[in-house]
Amino acid sequence: MTKIDDIRDTFFQECDDLLEALNDGLGQLGDSADDAAFDDQTVNAVFRAVHSIKGGAAAFALDSLVKFSHHFESVLDLMRSGKVQPSTDLLKTCQKAADHLTDLVASARSGNDQTSLYDQDLAAKLLAFGNSDSGEAAPPEQDFGFVPMIIPISLDFYTPTDTSTFIIKFVATYQLFANGNDPVHLFRELAELGEYSVSTDTSELPDFDDLKWDDIHIKWEIRLTTAHDLSDISDVFEFVDGLCALSILPLEDEIAAESPQLTEIAQQTTALMEPDAPTPADEDQKLQRATTEKISASPKASVRVDLDLVDKLINIVGELVINQAVLTQCIDDAGLPESSQTRASLNEFKSLARDIQENMMAIRAQSVKPLFQRMARIAREASDIAGKSVRFETLGETTEVDRTVIERLVDPLTHIIRNSVDHGVEDPARRREAGKPETGCITLSAAHRSGRVLIEVSDDGAGINRPKVLEIAISKGLISADAVLSDSEIDQLLFLPGFSTAKVVTNLSGRGVGMDVVRSAIQKLGGRVNISSQPGKGTTIAFSLPLTLAVLDGMVVNVAGQTMVVPITAIIETLRPKAEDIHLIGAEGYVVSIRNKLIPIIDLGQAFGHRKQVGRLSEMVLLLVESDRKQPWALAVDGIYDQRQVVIKSLENNYGHVPGVAAATILGDGKIALIIDPEEATERSRPQGQMRQLQGLEEV
Amino acid sequence: MSLTVLAIDDSRTIREMLRKALTDAGFVVHTAEDGVDGVERLASISADVVITDINMPRMDGFGVIETIRRGTESPAIPILVLTTESAADLKDRARRSGATGWIVKPFDDAKLIAAIRRIAAV
Repeated sequence: MTKIDDIRDTFFQECDDLLEALNDGLGQLGDSADDAAFDDQTVNAVFRAVHSIKGGAAAFALDSLVKFSHHFESVLDLMRSGKVQPSTDLLKTCQKAADHLTDLVASARSGNDQTSLYDQDLAAKLLAFGNSDSGEAAPPEQDFGFVPMIIPISLDFYTPTDTSTFIIKFVATYQLFANGNDPVHLFRELAELGEYSVSTDTSELPDFDDLKWDDIHIKWEIRLTTAHDLSDISDVFEFVDGLCALSILPLEDEIAAESPQLTEIAQQTTALMEPDAPTPADEDQKLQRATTEKISASPKASVRVDLDLVDKLINIVGELVINQAVLTQCIDDAGLPESSQTRASLNEFKSLARDIQENMMAIRAQSVKPLFQRMARIAREASDIAGKSVRFETLGETTEVDRTVIERLVDPLTHIIRNSVDHGVEDPARRREAGKPETGCITLSAAHRSGRVLIEVSDDGAGINRPKVLEIAISKGLISADAVLSDSEIDQLLFLPGFSTAKVVTNLSGRGVGMDVVRSAIQKLGGRVNISSQPGKGTTIAFSLPLTLAVLDGMVVNVAGQTMVVPITAIIETLRPKAEDIHLIGAEGYVVSIRNKLIPIIDLGQAFGHRKQVGRLSEMVLLLVESDRKQPWALAVDGIYDQRQVVIKSLENNYGHVPGVAAATILGDGKIALIIDPEEATERSRPQGQMRQLQGLEEV
Repeated sequence: MSLTVLAIDDSRTIREMLRKALTDAGFVVHTAEDGVDGVERLASISADVVITDINMPRMDGFGVIETIRRGTESPAIPILVLTTESAADLKDRARRSGATGWIVKPFDDAKLIAAIRRIAAV
């Protein structure tokens, strides 16, 4: 990769940060739009984000991006200087502009031409905001109080192939030196243009005693014979324009014309310095303005690392964990005593390997904020199309999740949020009837819970219309007409393939993608989906996801002679039940009484078909696991071998999804063990329940 | 000895582009990501030229120029301002703040290097 490609990558990475800052800022402005104290700081930050995108885009000649960010920036600049008031309409347009900018950046990043994408109407709308009071917006060019004495020469007189001679008269001001310029540099550069001689007029130099250090008394006259034209010579003086008195004349004109004499020039120089010299008061004000922006804490130092490299490292760490298991097994087999030096070193090695692994995971983890911002946009667009008024709120934006998980959450979340807008939140009229505020609310939240990440989308809409769902499921032959389902089982019907409640396929959610696709996407991540709904109050859809996709802490257990792994994060406690605490309810529904609570037992050996009957529970070990429905379950296993880190190897590419099985792993002795998904395992074996019926239907 | 340049810009992209262009030209390049950072950095290195962006958090480019010009360390150091194309009034303001010269973004490597050589005292 060339250096320039690197910088291009840097630019797009920076764009991600800038777009995030932009969305953040606009969000804050949106919240405070009605407040008197409209935050200047935030407007500045928003302006800078767009400005920086424009600057970088210009460097890579991404013209559409430059053009659009320029329009956007102009409006923000007017807002910043208070020339345009931040109305709700303006902020909405800005939000749209931010969305469009995101699209343009994405398109430029993938190397596509953005011309066709460019939203003329939106650009025009931004322009219109700028023009509404353009009278004030564009102040006339300030007269700098000095007219450069450059006399233009006509082209018929001058041909570039000839050399001509110019007389340059030059008097510096004090400011020229103060600004870090030096006549010597100018003369050197003139010398490069052609044949050059300089004469210094020191006639006005006072006696040494009268000399003031900051007075200018020296004048220069340069004779330059060059093939360059007048504008090339003027260019040399570009930076000192206004800081010196200057005349550049072709020799012929110089002789013929009544050219200004050096003394006159010097007088003008003095005049030049007076009106424009900034007064100390001005300076103070400026300095204050420039420096009073709130000084915020410096961000932490960070490096950018190629993602492939991180993934490679993660894989190596995975291998390291397997290797560590093999090593442990070897040492166990060798029968070394617990107190041996080898064992002590091994334990240290284990703890170091774990540190490495945890830190690698932290490197891969990303906050869900960009994802949430993207979803905010989806909600905005969806509510615009549906003609509904929806407020979108987020919670737990700083929650960190593995970046692959975040990437793969985009589609399912998009679908769920469009669904919430389309089917969940009612239209304003119906909300009014129901005595709710006209503006609906959709909340997207993220939180860590017992070693997993819980992501929830809730709306305050009408809730799931259960009779309707039941009717459709029956009419589509998904369940039998006489099935008796609990409320939550009816809700689960939404996840059946081919189920769609929309009467009309709308532009939004009805794209032939059902909730079943959402569920399988989440399951592929080792996650679970849960839906709950209250009629008239709203619906919540929750994803529970693993923190990482590479390694997990597992309890290695014996299930009817098979070695299996249960994720430790799911286990609340383990116990060996007393015979008198185990009760039989119904035909084979065992429960255990723990601290006066009855908890249903599932024998994993039976659930996975390794034995026909439930084992002797009083001789088994119970693992209490937390379920997403917040009701604990007890998984009965024949014994616990060990507790260790295991590397997750997906089975789904080869075997498809097996209910109750999350993945597989390789143990120290080289054997494969299945990793259990406790939640699914409980569903799989819920005795006599309707879930089994549903599961059966689903698998058809 | 090669010239030492301090480049102050809040955009990582622009900083990287400056670093590449100037390093290729044989300059020693230091960077800073805002005005406060830049002024602090200048105190710890002996730069020959400063290049600064205008729009930055914490302290903007004018603040940088004025702070340096009023300071005692190197008040007459040449300072180039990186301005955007539409900034005629910015040029004026930069000059009044004490900027030595300016370069229009997106900058042309050759012009930038020429400008640095033009203003740097050798």
